[in-house]
Amino acid sequence: MEDVRIGVYVCHCGKNIAGVINPRKVADTISKLPHVIIARDYLYMCSSPGQDLIVEDIRKHNLNRVIVAACSPSMHLHTFQNAVKRAGLNPYLLEIVNIREQATWVHDDNPEKTEKKVIELIKAAVERAFHLYPLTTETFPVEKKSLVIGGGIAGIKAALDLANAGYKVYLVEKRQSIGGKMAQFDKTFPTLDCAQCILTPLMVEVGSHPNITLLAYSEVEDVNGSPGNFTVRVKLKARYVNWDKCTGCGTCVEKCPKKVVSDFDEGLGFRKAIYFEFPQAIPRKPVIDAENCLYLTRGICRVCERFCPVGAIDFNQQPELLELKVGTIIVAVGFDIYDVSKLYEYGYGRYKNVITGLQLERLSSANGPTKGRIVKISDGKEPKTVAIILCAGSRDEKHVNYCCRVGCILGLKHVYYVKKAVPDAKVVVCYTDIRAFGKGFEEFYRKIRSLDNVYLIRGRPMEIFENKDGSLSFDVYDSNTDLMVHVDADLVVLETAVVPPKDWEELRRKLKISCGPGGFALELHPKLKPVETTVDGIYLAGFIQGPKDIPDVVAHSGAAASAAIAFMSKGYVESTPYIAFVDEDICSGCGICASICPFEAISIEVEEGRRVAKVDSIKCKGCGACVGSCPSGAIQQHYFTDIQVLTEVEALARG
Amino acid sequence: MKEEEFEPKIIVFACNWCSYAGIDLAGTSRIRYPHNIRVVRTMCSSRVTPEMILDALRSGADGVLITGCHPGDCHYISGNYLTLRKYYLLKKFLKEMGLENRVALAWISASEGEKWARIAKEFTEYIKKLGPLKIKEV
Repeated sequence: MEDVRIGVYVCHCGKNIAGVINPRKVADTISKLPHVIIARDYLYMCSSPGQDLIVEDIRKHNLNRVIVAACSPSMHLHTFQNAVKRAGLNPYLLEIVNIREQATWVHDDNPEKTEKKVIELIKAAVERAFHLYPLTTETFPVEKKSLVIGGGIAGIKAALDLANAGYKVYLVEKRQSIGGKMAQFDKTFPTLDCAQCILTPLMVEVGSHPNITLLAYSEVEDVNGSPGNFTVRVKLKARYVNWDKCTGCGTCVEKCPKKVVSDFDEGLGFRKAIYFEFPQAIPRKPVIDAENCLYLTRGICRVCERFCPVGAIDFNQQPELLELKVGTIIVAVGFDIYDVSKLYEYGYGRYKNVITGLQLERLSSANGPTKGRIVKISDGKEPKTVAIILCAGSRDEKHVNYCCRVGCILGLKHVYYVKKAVPDAKVVVCYTDIRAFGKGFEEFYRKIRSLDNVYLIRGRPMEIFENKDGSLSFDVYDSNTDLMVHVDADLVVLETAVVPPKDWEELRRKLKISCGPGGFALELHPKLKPVETTVDGIYLAGFIQGPKDIPDVVAHSGAAASAAIAFMSKGYVESTPYIAFVDEDICSGCGICASICPFEAISIEVEEGRRVAKVDSIKCKGCGACVGSCPSGAIQQHYFTDIQVLTEVEALARG
Repeated sequence: MKEEEFEPKIIVFACNWCSYAGIDLAGTSRIRYPHNIRVVRTMCSSRVTPEMILDALRSGADGVLITGCHPGDCHYISGNYLTLRKYYLLKKFLKEMGLENRVALAWISASEGEKWARIAKEFTEYIKKLGPLKIKEV
């Protein structure tokens, strides 16, 4: 029988733990347990002297089990595993007891009971430690290619960073062109530089980069495999245009007789049934919108086919499935604006002259439906008074409770648009708070509020009513002046809340990454791991992690690319040690485990005339579902064997 | 003499990816919940066997709470559905033993620190009302 020699370390974590319980007392109590050779407390176990303490003790006292009672294993498991490894001990002979997140931080109202709980938790770990044994991991080579999902500014930045570092990148974009929301903007705040002018050079670079394969008009079908070796199937939607032949001359678009309301222009303009999203589209290859094409819906027309000089139109084209092998995935799917017709009181969708901020961007844009003129939607004339309403749906428990983080400065930028287009217009901004937190934002806010005929009211409007001439009226209580203000406006602009894209939930489940507040993706750590997810090798870029303005999106996406590069440049991944294994003497070969394994890692094989389960250690992801379902206890999971878990459970229940 | 208030022992099984992270989040956000909770971490809720739950009750726990990722959110695709199936089966068995009120199941995501604290509180209150589980005395 092995001589179990346990070392226990109780961390103070400054006052985070020691402010509630007495670590010295806890260590003293624990030191009296059998087989506990040494029990210490220390100010910061994660510091290098703290780690050295463990290393020295292992060497000096010949410890073969280590228990660290400190913060959550999600914080410092690897830190302590490495420390233990340094001393020559197998890292899986270590246990972490979570006494900060799950004790002192949540029970600080009852220090006495907390201390008792901490002692019980450590005692259970000591009992469990008897049943630990060394584990090994396997290493696999990493596929040095990356998949970027989403071709907005986030995806563009991430793809370029990866490609410039020498990695092959597949960039998947569901629309005809990359560019995303930024391509729809006229100008960017607070510098007011033209959005297209700074975006399109990057788009061109993506389109022509030798390391980037651009898969536009495509969607991710499914994701399989494991970190470092993902297999992704991408569906290339039917374009009805052979892009290999197409030269992008645009004759087809010109000749197409069918007009369709343009999504890109937010419903304010028209495109053709065969179209580019916008003039600078990358790739410059059109697609046919099957739902609106006269030939594909009614069997007449074929004008595009007739005029195409290279015979690229192909009405028989079918969707194609592409299988890609990649090591890392970057999720850069961006956002949607909130459906503000749900705010009935503001009348969006009911009143023509109530528009969204994004619609104003299209009006103001030189390539937009009005070629840059800001007009009333009802009659196409210039508005004399414009009301801009911030937080339309944001910071509102009935809609979305978070801040969109861009609306304030976006609204102020829209004041600028209106004043530039119609200099004598009166602009009223109704705000909740002006949150001018970013670089240059405060200065921009001061500049806008000092403009003539611009009024800022701190309050949310009551119901908006439409007058007979299409103009709008509403009352708003201004909490700055304690006055009720009546506003008549020709055009009302709603700075909408932002939400994850509508098909995001489906994609998120394909990627198996966690969902955070508001439905956005959850990062691994809110401060220290802002681009990582719960799945190694999958990183978040931009808005999908939570609302951001363009500079933050770009910084975040660069960080995602660099995290992916770090992951791939290492060259190998380590498998999880927590895999399942079979005691073939007990296994009856019933096959329950094989039938429920979500990764098809278990097979039933016949050996010497009897059926036994076999685990493929490469496919096994270490969930333990098979173990939890085995009727005879023949299949077990490393680090979570029945005896290990039951010992812990019994010890905790006994107290 | 006033009898000391009954402090139940509650064993919580938490999956590594959603629920354990959600429970940690309650800590990071300093949301208090009763100290009666003792968390056992497994990689997935599907690893939890009926034996573990019965063992907990037999060894002195007054209540057992199983937590996992929301349906469709499982880190291992479908583990939580297996958990749910096993839970319903176990509940039938527990009913025969008069223990069905002692075991519950909750879906806690990694962002639901607040929900976790609320459930921890509610479940503890509920078990307190039921009183101590006196299996050993029977």
